[in-house]
Amino acid sequence: MNFQPGKDTLKRNFKTVGTRTPRPDGLDKITGRAQFGADMTAPGMLWGLILRSPHAHARIRKIDTSKAEAVNGVHAVVTAADFGPCPDGVLDVRENIMAREKALYDGHAVAAVAATSRAAAKQALKLIKVDYEVLPHVTDVDEAMKPSAPVINNKLFTKGLDKTPRKPSNVAERFEFGHGDVEAGLKQADLVIERTFKTEATHQGYIEPHACLASMGSDGKGDIWCCTQGHFMVRQVCSALLGMDASALRVTASEIGGGFGGKTTVFIEPVALALSLKSNRPVKVVMSRSEVLRASGPTSSTSIDIKIGMNKDGTITAGDATLRYQGGAFPGSAVPYGAMAAFACYDLKAVRAVGYDVIANRPKQAAYRAPGAPMAAYAVESVVDELCKELDLDPLDVRLKNASSDGSKASYGPNFDVIGLRATLEAARAHPHYKAKLGRNQGRGVACGFWFNFGGETSVSLNVSADGTIGLSVGTPDIGGSRASIGNMAAEELGVPHDKVRCIIADTASLGYNDVTDGSRVTFASGLAAINAARDAIGKMCERAAGIWGIPVEAVTWEDGAARPSSPNAGKHEPLTLADIAAQAGATGGPISGHCEINAEGAGVSFATHLVDTEVDPETGYVKVLRYTVFQDAGKAVHPSYVEGQFQGGAVQGIGWALNEEYIYGKDGTLQNAGFLDYRIPVASDLPMIDAVIVEVPNPGHPYGVRGVGETSIVPPLAAISNSVSDAAGVRMTQLPMSPPRVLKALGRI
Amino acid sequence: MVKVQVWGSLKPALEGADEIELEAASIREVLDQLSDTYPAMKQAIMRGVSVSVDGRMYANAIMVPLKPDSEVFVLPKLVGG
Repeated sequence: MNFQPGKDTLKRNFKTVGTRTPRPDGLDKITGRAQFGADMTAPGMLWGLILRSPHAHARIRKIDTSKAEAVNGVHAVVTAADFGPCPDGVLDVRENIMAREKALYDGHAVAAVAATSRAAAKQALKLIKVDYEVLPHVTDVDEAMKPSAPVINNKLFTKGLDKTPRKPSNVAERFEFGHGDVEAGLKQADLVIERTFKTEATHQGYIEPHACLASMGSDGKGDIWCCTQGHFMVRQVCSALLGMDASALRVTASEIGGGFGGKTTVFIEPVALALSLKSNRPVKVVMSRSEVLRASGPTSSTSIDIKIGMNKDGTITAGDATLRYQGGAFPGSAVPYGAMAAFACYDLKAVRAVGYDVIANRPKQAAYRAPGAPMAAYAVESVVDELCKELDLDPLDVRLKNASSDGSKASYGPNFDVIGLRATLEAARAHPHYKAKLGRNQGRGVACGFWFNFGGETSVSLNVSADGTIGLSVGTPDIGGSRASIGNMAAEELGVPHDKVRCIIADTASLGYNDVTDGSRVTFASGLAAINAARDAIGKMCERAAGIWGIPVEAVTWEDGAARPSSPNAGKHEPLTLADIAAQAGATGGPISGHCEINAEGAGVSFATHLVDTEVDPETGYVKVLRYTVFQDAGKAVHPSYVEGQFQGGAVQGIGWALNEEYIYGKDGTLQNAGFLDYRIPVASDLPMIDAVIVEVPNPGHPYGVRGVGETSIVPPLAAISNSVSDAAGVRMTQLPMSPPRVLKALGRI
Repeated sequence: MVKVQVWGSLKPALEGADEIELEAASIREVLDQLSDTYPAMKQAIMRGVSVSVDGRMYANAIMVPLKPDSEVFVLPKLVGG
């Protein structure tokens, strides 16, 4: 029987859930047996390479591919002309995977080649002649909003205004959220601080570049193997772009070397499929690191104004934010989520957040852990910190005084359900880290963060084998340990040891549709579906036991992995274990399996509080992270090691965002640091051990109380580190990343 | 009556109203009525919205039943990372 929120009792006594079982993919990954996107090969396979625009903004007058087609070994060349009409919903994707009339950013794909060797493909790319008319470009968000800025898309008229403007601009849409009288609230405050912040675009930095192998048969049926966060999404988008029936295309997700949101869309898969269609051969495309940085989906760069009023007792009287996010050359930046999340940690009577979605000559942004929220939290939490300092108030006390709690009205509208923000703040206040002494040039920062989390379409199939072991098929790629957590939830429900359950990621032909692995949804949604599928199988096993015993099924109960008579009145029968029932399955009615197909809803929102100590070297501007502690509500930590890993990973990516990482564009609008030598992500030697404190405030929307944990951990670090550096340096930092030159400039040293 | 609110920049689509009341038994009925009554809302709904019902977020579910006094909030369609 499916879980029913509000009717089922939340389970809190666990045998497998909450334990640190061995990771099921561990051995494969350390021995090299695991197959990632680039590991797949096929007989007769060709290599695909993509030609990319060297210009930030240019009209494509003509593409001549004749010389490339004549190269020995070349089997196909495709351009935008090979992608015909498609549904409106994927028009921007079509434009992004292959430039049509204009190249819109440095690295925008303009043509692709498939050849028998990479060398032949490379030679052919050099022979493709593209006649460009170079156009004025803009890459900075504030510059892009100016009336004098080059208009990138002359069909773009700002939405969300009272009146639609007459002229096109680079502002795609205006969003507004909030409630109450903000101006009156600010007037009531003892102190109002207003600041402007800027953040640069960053990349998810997944270690595995995008890679895929596509194979189209002459019968119109195709296969794709790829590293993706959503192979059903790949099927949906690729089939729409190539005019295929969705079911004619089967997509299999490989192991994945990180995604963090950046693999929730497609870049190379439709191109590989088009090349395969044209050449009638399998085609493999693997992005280089340079291509990943130039032409996949980084975050927005932002410019944010914050105004907050506070009374001397620490009460926040009002909050006001204006957020400007450039999301690359297409509308759809994460600004609405930034605006919604900006003040979500605070229970405010008057709050307003206005967001502007801006386009610029940069790659189309993609999701990155809690998309849009880290930058908004950075700006809001920086001003709250400054207010606390000016009014000589403890930053944790102030946050507790104003914290959102159960039932309070969220800054983006609805009232919160059961939430754990206060619990994280109290855990931080009680932790030894908060009382530890600081030395010279050292500072401490505090910040909170919020993310929505959601559920979505999910399909799970659970098969009971004749030997009593379990095959569990899910359709959500495992990017953070979900096979372990989902398998453990199935084991918990069935009452069998965790190592009797093998969880796999099934292909698109083997399961119903599954939404992408995103929104911190998988442990919640696929876990919920696995629990429901296990209950479905348990129901069937109870029926088999009832048949064997000759009693009504209502007189059978399932406990500790076995069917048992529910009362003495049901007769005296020895329990039938899952293995006992499985062994007789064929004779008692055939194979036993459980299924669940749901649109999982009831995901609980998530909050975190981060504490960080840094030391600033006033001579060099170098910032060393001395100590870092994450406090986050997991609802119920199904596999604590993976939960801690999510907390630590989010903190580390936030440290990179805060201190080092940035997209640097030259005056010509081209990316200057398209490699990991110049785009500096943190490595182990840059970091202290991140201390992870799991707080558990159960989510009433899940039978075990689970909340998603994958995204919230990246929301507070930007602010926490900036507050810490500002404390250490004695000057308020307002721009990210806080690279040594920026710190020295803030200190007045250069 | 179900109380329905929309995010700030869509308020003009509701002819300036902060909140409207509807007879609706599901999210689908709310969205259908908003689309039928307010043309500017139709465009936003077709582009995709998320809906909060009594504090719980529904990213893409229209069959969710509503109580007579449910509070419904129409928000931009959520994505995650």
